[in-house]
Amino acid sequence: MIDIKVLGSGCTNCRNTGALIEDVARARGIAVSLRKVEALPEIMRYGVMSTPGVVIDGKVVHAGGVPSRAKIEQWLDAAGHHFLPDLD
Amino acid sequence: MDAVLAPLRRWPSRQPLLFLLLAVAAWFGLYLTLTPAAEALVAVLPVERDSHLGGALQFFFYDTPKVLLLLTGIVFIMGMVNSWFTPERTRALLAGRTEGMANVMAASLGIVTPFCSCSAVPLFIGFVQAGVPLGVTFSFLISAPMVNEVALTLLFALFGWEVGLLYLGLGLTVAIVAGWVIGRLKMEVYLEDWVRDMPHTAAAVGEDRLSLGERLDAGFAAVREIVGKVWPYIIGGIAIGAAIHGYVPGDFMASFMGRDAWWTVPLAVVIGVPMYTNAAGVIPIVQALLAKGAALGTVLAFMMSVIALSLPEMVILRKVLKPRLIATFIAVVASGILLVGYVFNAVL
Repeated sequence: MIDIKVLGSGCTNCRNTGALIEDVARARGIAVSLRKVEALPEIMRYGVMSTPGVVIDGKVVHAGGVPSRAKIEQWLDAAGHHFLPDLD
Repeated sequence: MDAVLAPLRRWPSRQPLLFLLLAVAAWFGLYLTLTPAAEALVAVLPVERDSHLGGALQFFFYDTPKVLLLLTGIVFIMGMVNSWFTPERTRALLAGRTEGMANVMAASLGIVTPFCSCSAVPLFIGFVQAGVPLGVTFSFLISAPMVNEVALTLLFALFGWEVGLLYLGLGLTVAIVAGWVIGRLKMEVYLEDWVRDMPHTAAAVGEDRLSLGERLDAGFAAVREIVGKVWPYIIGGIAIGAAIHGYVPGDFMASFMGRDAWWTVPLAVVIGVPMYTNAAGVIPIVQALLAKGAALGTVLAFMMSVIALSLPEMVILRKVLKPRLIATFIAVVASGILLVGYVFNAVL
């Protein structure tokens, strides 16, 4: 399970980002737990200055604007890699 | 189908220089055909060229593609430029500087740093946290939404380069001076407590090794996002403008928004505050007001007030600023805008 957080105080772009990630994960059959972080102090703890921000397994991978589909696929593939050994 | 189109769609990122050259050539080619194309279109329609309607249609057919073409070109270039000026880099440039020149820098960086009003608060905290002085942060926050490429392009395309340049100069001046004044007032204690208590962070800049192709992609993304959002306002605005050019009596607005009445400028600012829209949304109104004889200073004050002082943004900022600092912010910026309005009306 990949842990994903979308940082942003509820703007349209933040909602779109969350929906797009869910969509990509579903299309690739990758299990993710997606959470929206809307509280400002928590957002600021990640040191993100433009929202929406995306945090995958505790690491900020993106800040500002809706990420492209290709980028999301890249993140999910990279994060999913850690789990591959379990499949053997 | 998609398999055929995908490589076509990706070639600009692979051959960025070639794409840029071709795009520039195509852009200028299109721009040069605007007038003949508009004339030809009106000539085909069963309307007298010299009639009210003919004039209005020619105006519409010429101005709509012109404005959209200019906007697409400039937003694309700014999208590429923006990829150099991330908020993190801007913050690192400003951190630890003393006020004065830093206000000028902050206001100027406000033009080129990508900014969305929904990011205003994280940006604000991020700046303060990294040791950017409060007044300098405000210079940036005032300039970023007010002096932006969409507002400048529209002013340039619809009212000429003089008005665009004036708006640029005055917007920067208001941002610099207002930020400097707020800095002088030493209002750091009026930040919300949780903001002041946040740990200080270093203003680090991440790796930035984008290729030209990736910057092109940033340009495309900017066009999709910005032009995709504002084109209905622009077409609506030009349609209103075209109708006004033909049909509304010339001095309709002059009687109550002309330069003779002193109270028009404050009224314009007060009306502007509760209105919340982007630069593109306010241009149709500006167009209508100017065409009907409203004074330029009054109209620019109105436009700045709508964009820089908006009620919803105050509500968002209230999360990090105590009421007294918000009140000061509004008072200082509003005074600056008032001054701009009066100076303009007096000089022109």
